Amino acid sequence: MDSVPGDHGRGGDANPVSTRSKPARGVPAGRAPYPFAAIVAQEEMLRALLIAAVDGSIGGVLVLGDRGTGKSTAVRALAALLPPMKAVEGCRYGCDPGDAAALCDACRTKPRLRGIEVPVPVVDLPLGATEDRVAGALDIERALADGVKAFEPGLLARAHRGFLYIDEVNLLEDHLVDLLLDVAASGENLVEREGISIRHPARFVLVGSGNPEEGELRPQLLDRFGLCVEVRTPMDLPTRIEVIRRRDSYERDHAAFCAAWDKEQAKLRRRILAARAMIASIEVPDAALERAAQLCIALGTDGLRGELTLIRAARAHAALEGRQVVGDAELRAVASPALRHRLRRNPLDETSSSTRVERAVSELFGP
Amino acid sequence: MSAAGDGRAPPRAAPDPATVQDQRAAALLLAVDPVGLGGAVLRAAPGPERDGWLALLRGALPQGCAWRRMPASVPDSRLLGGLDLAATLAAGRPVAERGVLAEADGGVLLLAMAERAEPGMAARMAAVMDAREVALERDGLARRLPARFGLVALDEGIEDEGVAAALRDRLAFHIMPLPPAPAGTLPDIAAARARLDSVTVPHDVTQALCGAAVALGIASLRAPMLAQRVAIAAAALAGRDTVLAEDAALAARLVLAPRATRMPDADTPPAEEPPPPEQGDTQDAPKGESTDAPLEDRVLDAARAVLPEGLLAGLGAGLRDAARRASPDGRAGARHATPLRGRPAGTRQGELRAGARLALVETLRAAAPWQPIRRRGRAGGPRLLVKREDIRLRRFDAPQETTAIFVVDASGSAAMHRLSEAKGAVELLLADCYVRRDKVALIGFRGRGAEVLLPPTASLVRAKRSLAGLPGGGGTPLAAGLDAARGMVEACRRAGRTPLLVLLTDGRANVARDGTGGRAQAETDALDAAKPLRIAAVPALLVDTAPRPQQFARDLAAAMGARYLPLPMADAARLSDAVRDAAA
Repeated sequence: MDSVPGDHGRGGDANPVSTRSKPARGVPAGRAPYPFAAIVAQEEMLRALLIAAVDGSIGGVLVLGDRGTGKSTAVRALAALLPPMKAVEGCRYGCDPGDAAALCDACRTKPRLRGIEVPVPVVDLPLGATEDRVAGALDIERALADGVKAFEPGLLARAHRGFLYIDEVNLLEDHLVDLLLDVAASGENLVEREGISIRHPARFVLVGSGNPEEGELRPQLLDRFGLCVEVRTPMDLPTRIEVIRRRDSYERDHAAFCAAWDKEQAKLRRRILAARAMIASIEVPDAALERAAQLCIALGTDGLRGELTLIRAARAHAALEGRQVVGDAELRAVASPALRHRLRRNPLDETSSSTRVERAVSELFGP
Repeated sequence: MSAAGDGRAPPRAAPDPATVQDQRAAALLLAVDPVGLGGAVLRAAPGPERDGWLALLRGALPQGCAWRRMPASVPDSRLLGGLDLAATLAAGRPVAERGVLAEADGGVLLLAMAERAEPGMAARMAAVMDAREVALERDGLARRLPARFGLVALDEGIEDEGVAAALRDRLAFHIMPLPPAPAGTLPDIAAARARLDSVTVPHDVTQALCGAAVALGIASLRAPMLAQRVAIAAAALAGRDTVLAEDAALAARLVLAPRATRMPDADTPPAEEPPPPEQGDTQDAPKGESTDAPLEDRVLDAARAVLPEGLLAGLGAGLRDAARRASPDGRAGARHATPLRGRPAGTRQGELRAGARLALVETLRAAAPWQPIRRRGRAGGPRLLVKREDIRLRRFDAPQETTAIFVVDASGSAAMHRLSEAKGAVELLLADCYVRRDKVALIGFRGRGAEVLLPPTASLVRAKRSLAGLPGGGGTPLAAGLDAARGMVEACRRAGRTPLLVLLTDGRANVARDGTGGRAQAETDALDAAKPLRIAAVPALLVDTAPRPQQFARDLAAAMGARYLPLPMADAARLSDAVRDAAA
């Protein structure tokens, strides 16, 4: 029953987010995460994460795969890779000063918005988190000390404009899944607890990872993810050896290891920035739209979200590759992650969704 | 992946001195690098063997190391931590209480009855082990607490029970402890710890460990990674600065061998589960991924034609109701009407009556804002004023998990008649289970005995795979199949799940319990084996797959208290009637 060292109250600080979230906004206090650029193989997963970093509106990434394939390593590595963003100074939700429509209530009333550079949040939602910490709740400390009802923002608020990562997403408690589904769809978190009634913007890129052998995902949750990638353990020897070697040198001296990869990381970061800058000007010809529609019809995906995601992902991919026009090659590159989780499920059909997508792609685009 | 280190024979008579030596080495290595090696799975019943190994480990750990023991089911508030109410109330500000994982920081954590740890809990622990800290997001607290520990999972599982794969994958050693060797002098652990960081690994050692892992059919990359850490620790313990071949060999014996899924010289691709060794009359066994697909389609279509979808759903629902009705009185693991255990599912406002569990923190939260107001006008009195409307109660989701056990007759007579259609029927029922998120298990019987083809799993893909790999042919050891089913029913009940039995057979029992032929004895044995199932009140369904309904199958269904469902050849009208009757 000992209190944790260094955990004395917030000393009446008027800005609760800045103190509470210190370890989570940005890099965890302990070890620097494994550099994104140093991840070996797993091209599809890395590509999907980069696409989500370029265009957040694609709607998140789900990573499914075996144990020990570097799923969570890759997602956590994203935090250190992302270029910083501009946020309203003192805003507990990190509002974008350039986007007047998406401001929180507090920022709306401010006469002047001063923007400062902050790291893009990559927030971990650990299993075992309670609902009050996810959605936000009454600030128990201020209630105890001053008898004041004050709202303490939760993880959803912290993830606004960034990434929300759930490892073992298929083991997440149902009531938390419900909460996430609602917020991810509306982009807004509504808290009605203990007599407080608050709404605040919560737009984030949902990233989940899990092992399908440990349980299936609810279809509604599956649908919230824009891209779905499957990772497998690389079985060729040189790749495996390289993974082990890099991991070992990271474990021994992470600071030195990260420093050695700084240049590559900076290069990747510039690529993301360049892709963001050019994405608006990328041309999607009618022929590509038609191709995407044909593919979705051939696969029988539900609704239009498949096509929309396919086109958006292809555009982001083209931007990352520095190409001006979306063509067959771009569509092909993202067809599997954009569509494989949208196929009408036949639980008995073991032909994996990936195979079905690939088959349809090669029928349409040629081998 | 079968249970940890099962390849070895159970410890009996004279233990192999080399293995004893290796196990001793494992304990010492874990003491050198508990965090890097993750820990160990000790698969054994409590006894001197296990205690001996643990004593060795504890003795080798430096003085003052944390040595914590925890049960396999702890609420999140104790596992991860939460709000310390007493201290919070005393201090007037939130005080965090550390959970067991954070308390084990710097030492070793023992997980008792590790085979009972749920996947959710295993995942929480795995996440903490990966991050080496607890990310606490509970009770209005957000904290990061260091948690660097080695985990020793005490696995007392029988047969298919075992430690959750997420944990097993992260623990370097999988050991079935042997009687310990007489205690020798301990090497200098502290010196080895100091040396760890300076040990270098030659490239060819990494290559050899990776190559060995591939050859043994180990998919996870954590295995060679852990093996390398073990080799490093071994070198450090021997006082060397470079990993030698002998260190790598020790690492391979300790880390890779227990994880092997195939013999190194085999050419087959690594299967997750070694395929059933049976060859026999395998007209239905898959010949390869691509070639058997059309066959499967045919089988499925055939079954689909006989079993209309809606009827099947009705039957499934009927079975579930039967499962609920049949819940016998006074049995351990029976369902509570208002569950007081299971997964916490939030809180609600309510009156504190007997049988309700108070949610202290939520109650406190509800009371907190009103304190200054309630205290107004009162001098002294209690520090905290809680009123009735503040009371919050815990809600729980009791696990209502059902395990559907399919017992499939794969004998020659059944195969000749319609094993493929029976398989199709099972697949349709599996789909039904999938929709309801039941677990499924598969037992096949043919020739001389029964075999558990698939322990309870929620993965439909695995169920389908092992069903497709079920070969046909041989006699009909009905009694053996029923005995195996009873074993699994008991295991399910022990695990707190509701078993549900589906037996598919043509009822032509011709192999007795002792493996000899003869119809009369076989039928007597089968009826004998069926009785305990009725006594256990397992909801069951017997699907008679013979071309013509069999009187014996009907008797058998009565003996085991099962619903009887003949599956007459291509007689859809009669089948519909039968299903309608059964579902009514």
